[in-house]
Amino acid sequence: MWRMLCSDSRYNRRAEAPCASPATTCSSRTGRRAALGRFCCSSGTSMPLRKVWKTFWATPASSLMQATVKKVWKTFWATPASSLMQATVKKEYLNLQGRLLSSVKICTCSSLTSQAWSSVSTLHALSRPSDANLPDQWGLSSPEKHYSQMKELHDRWRLSTVNREYLVCPSYPPAVIVPKNIDDDMLEKVAKFRQGGRFPVLCYYHKKNGTVIMRSSQPLTGANRKRCREDEQLLQAAIEGSDKGYIIDTRSSQQALQASMTGGGFESKSCYSSWKRLHRQMERGKALQESLIKLVEACGDEYHNMDRWLSKLENSKWLSHVQTALSTAGLLAECVERDGHSVLVYGSEGKDSTLLISTLAQLIMDPYCRTLEGFLALLEREWVQAGHPFQQRCAHSAYSHARLQQESPVFLLLLDCVWQLWRQFPLALGFSEALLLRLATEAYASNYGTFLCNSDQERCVLGLKENTHCLFQALLRPRERDCYSNPLYEPTELAIWPSVHPQSLQLWRGFFLRRTPQARHLEEVQEEIRNMVIKWGKLALS
Amino acid sequence: MEHIRLPKVENVRLLDRVSPRRSRVGTLYLTATHTIFVENKTGVRNETWVLHSLVCSVEKQAAAASGCSLLIHCKNFQVLHFVVPREQECHDVHLSLQRLSQPVLCLAERHTELYCFSYKPNVDEKERCQEWDFLDLKADYSRMGLPNSLWKLSPVNQHYKVSDSYPADLFVPASATPPVIVGSSKFRSRGRFPTLSYYSKENHAAICRSSQPLSGFSARCLEDEQMLEAILRSNPCSDFMYVVDTRPKLNAIANRAAGKGYENEDNYSNIKFQFIGIENIHVMRNSQQKMLGACELRSPSMSDFLEGLESSGWLKHIKAVLDAGIFIAKAVAEEGVSVLVHCSDGWDRTAQVCSVACVLLDPYYRTLRGLMVLIEKDWVSFGHKFSHRCNHLVGDPKEVSPIIDQFLECVWQLMEQFPCAFEFNARFLITIHSHIYSCQYGNFIGNNQRERIELGLRERTHSLWSYLWKNQADYINPLYRPDHSQTQGLLRPSTAPYCFKFWRGLYNRFDQGMHPRQSVEDYLRAIREETQQLEEQLKIAHLEQEQEWSVTQKAVTFDKSPTAWALGNDLGLANTPQDYTGGFITSSPCQPKAPDGRRILLTQDSNQTSESNLSSGSDQESGIADVSCRSPLSTDSTRDPDSDEAAYSAA
Repeated sequence: MWRMLCSDSRYNRRAEAPCASPATTCSSRTGRRAALGRFCCSSGTSMPLRKVWKTFWATPASSLMQATVKKVWKTFWATPASSLMQATVKKEYLNLQGRLLSSVKICTCSSLTSQAWSSVSTLHALSRPSDANLPDQWGLSSPEKHYSQMKELHDRWRLSTVNREYLVCPSYPPAVIVPKNIDDDMLEKVAKFRQGGRFPVLCYYHKKNGTVIMRSSQPLTGANRKRCREDEQLLQAAIEGSDKGYIIDTRSSQQALQASMTGGGFESKSCYSSWKRLHRQMERGKALQESLIKLVEACGDEYHNMDRWLSKLENSKWLSHVQTALSTAGLLAECVERDGHSVLVYGSEGKDSTLLISTLAQLIMDPYCRTLEGFLALLEREWVQAGHPFQQRCAHSAYSHARLQQESPVFLLLLDCVWQLWRQFPLALGFSEALLLRLATEAYASNYGTFLCNSDQERCVLGLKENTHCLFQALLRPRERDCYSNPLYEPTELAIWPSVHPQSLQLWRGFFLRRTPQARHLEEVQEEIRNMVIKWGKLALS
Repeated sequence: MEHIRLPKVENVRLLDRVSPRRSRVGTLYLTATHTIFVENKTGVRNETWVLHSLVCSVEKQAAAASGCSLLIHCKNFQVLHFVVPREQECHDVHLSLQRLSQPVLCLAERHTELYCFSYKPNVDEKERCQEWDFLDLKADYSRMGLPNSLWKLSPVNQHYKVSDSYPADLFVPASATPPVIVGSSKFRSRGRFPTLSYYSKENHAAICRSSQPLSGFSARCLEDEQMLEAILRSNPCSDFMYVVDTRPKLNAIANRAAGKGYENEDNYSNIKFQFIGIENIHVMRNSQQKMLGACELRSPSMSDFLEGLESSGWLKHIKAVLDAGIFIAKAVAEEGVSVLVHCSDGWDRTAQVCSVACVLLDPYYRTLRGLMVLIEKDWVSFGHKFSHRCNHLVGDPKEVSPIIDQFLECVWQLMEQFPCAFEFNARFLITIHSHIYSCQYGNFIGNNQRERIELGLRERTHSLWSYLWKNQADYINPLYRPDHSQTQGLLRPSTAPYCFKFWRGLYNRFDQGMHPRQSVEDYLRAIREETQQLEEQLKIAHLEQEQEWSVTQKAVTFDKSPTAWALGNDLGLANTPQDYTGGFITSSPCQPKAPDGRRILLTQDSNQTSESNLSSGSDQESGIADVSCRSPLSTDSTRDPDSDEAAYSAA
């Protein structure tokens, strides 16, 4: 609810999309208040919000106050994550007025936002701002379309609709790609053997040598080493004609062993004789969340001395996570591209680090994924449709008071890794840093429905496709496309192997320090580059 | 030549520093000036040149089965790890290199073993003389508007009588008489009296520099006080001046015991005294050593590297220098107050701080020629002891310190914050850096102007500045626009610690795998050149149209892939996977290896023409993955948690 509420006022500021409501086109204080009231009334959870706003507006309206409020709104909408805002709002406000009293009020307001966030799943009044420019189709692609586009796939793989009612795997889309000679009954059995029903499905087909990447969740072998013949057959069918395949487990072998004590597990060598398992430990969940909190905290204070900053940066381990993610993705891509063998990837649930490295590996290998459309389609396929629980993972960002178990910045880590790729191959990606920044913002606070909910099923139940707009569609509109494409893009067919030396990886200053004047200088540079290329392009055409 | 014990060694292996499993086999040649490694491979002639004067240390390690290791560290941060098959050969190479890399000081003909005296590019004598006239410091002072009614050129040090480490031409306040200057110089360490470094035309504020006063615990000097008074009076708009001591307070106090020290605010009228704690040369030297240690770690984790960087304290020192520069620049530009800067002798920290302040203050010093002038003025002419600090000759190791490196890095850090504000690129700084140490040009030989004249460097060697100017196309920053808002006036950088980056381009310059594989800069440069060409052609086309507009259309056809991509073939990249696997995966034979055969783009130093005979002359390594030395796939490097199959069958 709050998301929608936020978004309309945002139109107000950015004028990024035409809006039908007359109230939102008005930038005066009363206009804003009217807009606010309208939206608050439209939902059941509006009362506390209204109350807070009442107190807020009731404070003596000196001209200074008004100026401050404007400032607050500005910071509010420009922050990457709703809760990052808490700190920023507080700081900006203190700077302006130096009065603590009022800043406390603003904070109450923003922490309330966090509460409002969690009610998204229960929301029933989604607003869909009418916008004539957006096409009716929701999303860029569907599994069906993806399958039909890849003709090479058709002799050995088929599109299964075993999950059309979301009964076999609640977090999968209705249609998935599986080996041809595995029928739906077998799939149902395999699903019972994998955590959350996430049986192995194809996510990438490497045209150069016909190998594939599949992903799943961990097998439920348990302590007494259960087997599932159908699962073994499925994996065997996936590497038909090849001598072996790799399984990349994003846990350490120790963790995998531990998981088997609690019902999870891994494929034993004896049952999956042609599969070779590789373990690469990747942090997930809480550890990642804590890492982000520490990093944001370190970035928040410009008065640290150098030693303290470097030790905080090191201590946050964020860059280590970036390094691990990129090198695991590199390993995956190396198995496929250079070694010529198919790979199955999973962690435990197969919804976080699994998606992270399969996405990065596809960016490394597949030239199409590096285009603007290709990248958005990749995100839609590998994150939205594949069931990354955005609502649970991206609810609070770094400043949550309630340390929720489910919060984890995996998607942000992905964007950071993509940014590192872009730094190292500035000509090879068809999109710009601005797109990554926009996505990082949208994942936490959006006026589009794309990142709402945890799975396809939930989105379907809520009727998101009917009631909201699709972000990816919006990003491909001509004006957005201009701003989010990379002016220097030169397509290359080759794989782009990132360097993972510590010296080669950098803090994503454009994101973590986007409030600093330095970030603005860097934006100016991007602008400059764009202008240079445009000028050259015009001349070359004339 | 007599030092070369062994001119040629065959079957030497050159190991890659980053991934030691990759190595190249070839022949090692020792010449009088260079060590050259030529790879044995039919088809590719792959050479690595190492200039002997750039060699910092040669280390022979204990012999192993594969041969004897020879580790060469260079002053430009190149590290070469050779494995020589026979120990005797290694021993000979080691001794020869040690001797060759340390030119000896010969009393009668000093410095003659230095490379600059034997370096003879294809330039005739007249041209060589002109090279030295390329930069003229007097022109720079007149650009600042000097001499004028407030500042005059003083002949007092014409024969280096007053201070032998100062240049002959010095600007002093118009009211300072020779007796005052000489009196003041007697009260200053090594006679380095307060003199002008930078003058701001707009508000008459000036940056002056000197060495520490010999104040001890209570000594005073009337002339020195008059000298400062004169400097203050040369700035009519302000009623006080800053005296900045760039040392930590403790160091300054310790100096008092030795009869040196700092100005007492009570004795000098209207000064504001300020300490800025920049550490001394010994701390800086150790810090850089530690930082380089962190760069050299073999496959470090992120934490190892960041810890190493932190414990070295290097970035902290860079920040201190930049902070000091900002303090002075702000005093001059914003407050309009003159500043006197000194440290101990006034040739290390003072040079750093004054030149950083100049870069911040004056857009001119952010141009190609401006930076050369600045280095010539604040470093070369004011007597930064290049020979000692850069260890050009065998000398006291305690005198060596990377002071100029820190200045160049400060400029680089500023470039990272203001990418449009500098006319030159990082390659320019790196080239200057390596030539400061290479001794190829005469500019940085000797410790001061007097020594340089005695050595006859102008008569016998070449000048770096005109070489750089001739090759300026390589050093232009395509993003620079003189009218850009970033470029105007005083730069206001942030010195929040997160704004400082590690300069991979310099310290890991030769580790090719670490750098971005595609260069935005090269791409933009190509675009810029082509835009200019097109504009000119359009202009011509216009003119022609005006003259006879029935003439057939001129073919100005440029397709969307510009000619610049001839260079862009490299940009199309190609590189090999990194060590993701820890030696696990091999490239299986069924794989086409086409992508790997191409060249890695050397972003930082595409050393085609510009650095023809410096260090890595023609070392353009192609990124061919050395499959052979990778461990075979069957090697099981990961532990298998379920190797106990018995357990399964039992269950």
